[in-house]
Amino acid sequence: MIDEGLRSELSKQGIFTLKLEELYNWGRKNSVWPLQFGLACCAIEMIATSMARYDLARFGAEVFRPSPRQADLMIVAGTVTKKMAPQVIRLYNQMPEPKYVIAMGACAISGGPFKQGYNVLKGIDRYIPVDVHIPGCPPRPEALLHAFMTLQKKIEEQSLTSAQRPRHLDANAPSEFPIPRYGAHDLEPPSNRNVWQPPTVTRTE
Amino acid sequence: METLEQLKTRIEASIQGARLEVIANESPSAQRSLLIDPEHAVGIAKFLRNDPQLRFDYASNVTGVDWLDTVLKEKVKTKKVVDGVEKEIEEIIEKKRPGFLEAVYHLYSMELKHGPVIIRMRTANRADQVHLPSLTPIWRGCEFQEREIFDLYGVVFDCHPDLRRILMWEGFQDYPMRKDYVEPDDYEYEPTAHDKVLEKSKKHEAFGKAMT
Repeated sequence: MIDEGLRSELSKQGIFTLKLEELYNWGRKNSVWPLQFGLACCAIEMIATSMARYDLARFGAEVFRPSPRQADLMIVAGTVTKKMAPQVIRLYNQMPEPKYVIAMGACAISGGPFKQGYNVLKGIDRYIPVDVHIPGCPPRPEALLHAFMTLQKKIEEQSLTSAQRPRHLDANAPSEFPIPRYGAHDLEPPSNRNVWQPPTVTRTE
Repeated sequence: METLEQLKTRIEASIQGARLEVIANESPSAQRSLLIDPEHAVGIAKFLRNDPQLRFDYASNVTGVDWLDTVLKEKVKTKKVVDGVEKEIEEIIEKKRPGFLEAVYHLYSMELKHGPVIIRMRTANRADQVHLPSLTPIWRGCEFQEREIFDLYGVVFDCHPDLRRILMWEGFQDYPMRKDYVEPDDYEYEPTAHDKVLEKSKKHEAFGKAMT
């Protein structure tokens, strides 16, 4: 470990010293390319975020990729119906590691106003791991920018060698997640219990 | 435009054996509709579209309704002699009506700028005789909406060019908009369940206990 004083002294001379991990994460966090797809009205806010007024390009994420093979980030923008869910998960599986997910809006994080219905998933985190959840119906572009900055912070803090290393550096961690099948009455299975467990509600009187 | 009664007599005059009925509407809109019989539906639809005074060239909306078995209560005033005095007594007559499925079409004329005329078709029951003739050959815009009725209510439209499910997936077995539809038990958790959600959670817990 380099001494902080020495590091500061060197930086005054124009010499920057940093760990490879920091350089690696700095590069990764500043070029997160999202997958270009939207599901409902939240997608309109996502489009607004990428345009000149909110300018997602400031964060190195202006390049929306039309192919999952070239994307690092999936922004699940909108209502995920049960009919659409397998396709969303398949797209996620087709993205190369390292990959991240932002669940944008009330529907994508919980089912939103359609939660008690028969046709909408109660959150995309039932099947794939979500890194950042944004509430809102739809969230403002500022909220998406905040989520994006939160994701950048998360990427920056990832340690490459410890037990908490990101999934793509762990040979045993899954890169693909099972795609639910269309059943006679519902998706089968209704959620992936390896990814998501219903929280236990404990009450203190 | 002519009234529904006039329309009814004209249709009955031009189409042999057509049985029509004007359905009253007790709501504030009082928008009445014309019940047509499925056997002559295509002929009636052609008449409505082609007649020079009507020219209903645009079906703006097609929807379904599910009617369960109901008991209709009707108040009838009768005069009866009670204790030697003639009195008017209100009697309630109960009539059982078996359930059926209904398709409702809202028709407008772009050419003559009038409408809507609402026509309805009813199936014989809700179980096995759920066939109705498709009006897509008359109004092309009905295609997707009839598919939606098929998907959500289970009405089978004969002669429809492409009758498949449209919102739910192939292999889905239920008809979600029917009143007796049973949702899958997909309750997960709720921090503060109340009302219908509380009922759902209780059912879910009971089911969970039965399974273990």
